[in-house]
Amino acid sequence: MTPTYYLLLSALLFTIGAVGVLVRRNAIVVFMCIELMLNAVNLTLVTFARLNGDLHGQVMGFFVMVVAAAEVVVGLAIILSIFRTRRTASVDDSNLLKY
Amino acid sequence: MSVMSSALFLAQGGGPLAPAPAPEFSIDPPALTAVWPVLIVLGAACVGVLFEAFLPRHQRWPAQVILSLLALAGAGVALATYLTDAPAGGETAIFDALVVDRPALFLWGTLLALALGSVLLIADRSVEPGGAFVATAAIRPGTVQDRAQVTATGMQTEVFPLTLFALGGMMIFCASNDLLTMFIALEVLSLPLYLMCGLARRRRLLSQEAAVKYFLLGAFASAFFLYGVALLYGYAGSVRLSEISAATAGSDRSDTLLFAGMGLLVVGLLFKASVGPFHTWTPDVYQGAPTPITAFMAACTKVAAFGGILRVLQVAFESTSWEWRGVLWGVAIVSMVIGAILGLTQTDVKRMIAYSSVAHAGFLLIGAIALTEKGLSATLFYLLTYGFTTLAAFGVVSLVRDGSGEATHLSQWAGLAKRSPLVAGVFTFILLALAGIPLTSGFVGKFVVFEAAIDDGMAPLVVVALIASAVAAFFYLRVIVLMYFSEPAADGPTVTVPGAFTTAAITLGVLVTLLLGLAPSFALDWAAGGVFAGR
Repeated sequence: MTPTYYLLLSALLFTIGAVGVLVRRNAIVVFMCIELMLNAVNLTLVTFARLNGDLHGQVMGFFVMVVAAAEVVVGLAIILSIFRTRRTASVDDSNLLKY
Repeated sequence: MSVMSSALFLAQGGGPLAPAPAPEFSIDPPALTAVWPVLIVLGAACVGVLFEAFLPRHQRWPAQVILSLLALAGAGVALATYLTDAPAGGETAIFDALVVDRPALFLWGTLLALALGSVLLIADRSVEPGGAFVATAAIRPGTVQDRAQVTATGMQTEVFPLTLFALGGMMIFCASNDLLTMFIALEVLSLPLYLMCGLARRRRLLSQEAAVKYFLLGAFASAFFLYGVALLYGYAGSVRLSEISAATAGSDRSDTLLFAGMGLLVVGLLFKASVGPFHTWTPDVYQGAPTPITAFMAACTKVAAFGGILRVLQVAFESTSWEWRGVLWGVAIVSMVIGAILGLTQTDVKRMIAYSSVAHAGFLLIGAIALTEKGLSATLFYLLTYGFTTLAAFGVVSLVRDGSGEATHLSQWAGLAKRSPLVAGVFTFILLALAGIPLTSGFVGKFVVFEAAIDDGMAPLVVVALIASAVAAFFYLRVIVLMYFSEPAADGPTVTVPGAFTTAAITLGVLVTLLLGLAPSFALDWAAGGVFAGR
């Protein structure tokens, strides 16, 4: 097993997620990109767990999944409430607060 | 395992069976005396959720207020009891996940006291009839039902358990012994805050927008934090802070992993502390959130985040400080300059205090990168003073109102001293404390931090900090001039006479600001009580 490939893949996924957060306009898609970043981290954790020969990394992966699920609950509630008000989930349209 | 194999060996040997010792699979019961304050706060939060589920609507507000205040008082008593015989070097608790040492106890005490003031502001129903929170969050803003809820007397009492959950997360955050606990605590403190930001009774569009912005940027930052944790796990083979520290001391491991991991981790922490270039959410969220929640965020989140930053930098990365200190110098300068310069251009009181908090975060970071005992105690003291001052500031902001809610535009504050000399006087005192004028706690806080920084060879940084404080003092003084030397507008805002809760919260903040300015030695001694365990 060559861990470098897995680490590079997870770095690539993390970067795709980060770029997506910065360039996409729909709040749901932005949120999905954040989830992609969290899952890229999971891949890193599992790879290092294999490299180190212990289970800590895999256990941390479970913690990350639980946290991600909790984040979805809170995040979708917030995005839904603003969507019902404005009939749009675009983050560019929410611009009352500035300067 | 060895007990089992020897037992098997005996059985196979056919000899007389010795009375084998009973296999002991029990684990030591975790020592809980040290962590009672956290358990009380989180337990009360769970009870609060049950209250929401089972109590009729009209009983919830009194029940939640009593429960929250009792929980804070109980946690304070537990903390004080533990302090009398706490081991000097600190101890770990709950399977080494938490470490309760002197700085952690100081931060817990600060957090509990600030949370008490915040809960009083949150519970107030005299300034805004029914409280600052929406009666039913599910109603769409702008509809007929929404106009009805503005005058309704109810509020979403879920705010109280959410506050307690956030407080519990903050207390765990600054006492974490490893980065995984720290990440979970970060989420436990953040998720309730995201929700509470969106629950304002008035100006609900602004409030919801603040919640979305805070949530998306906060989740983005915690992803960075988490990736940092993963890379450090790869570097050190463990996420325990002391083991990362041991791994950095003279090893041939990959520096790329160490510094990439540390950089990402620190970005996540600096975001929470609203430092420097990672502050973009701060003004928007401070302005849009309900003012009691802004007070809670500004005071308590800052304390918890800097508690975490101090612990991570001093315990895990002290031995590599040569490599990263220059970067954090830059971040501190950027933070102070952004806070001071952009604060000048603000026309909204809440945004102005938000930029002031960015500048203050820069000053705090100076103390945090002075990796000495003095730097630690100075930063802790500064957190204490800043928390109480900013709590009182937002308490006063919530009192100046017009027909549409709080009058936060600066032009509406013109001539306030003629309408209400007392409120103008209190706010002047708070602004002077934020500016760092002598006889206020802000002066003592800045003094000890800058002194520690000079002792640690950071004189150029202190010069920049002094210039930034001078620039920042200008926009505080501008508000004072506006309040005292302008004619009040004819249709200007009125100053609400606050009820007991808000009065108590503002009095608490102002009294502590004054006392720590006049007689700081008691609190300074307490802050200097010890260093982080594992250093």
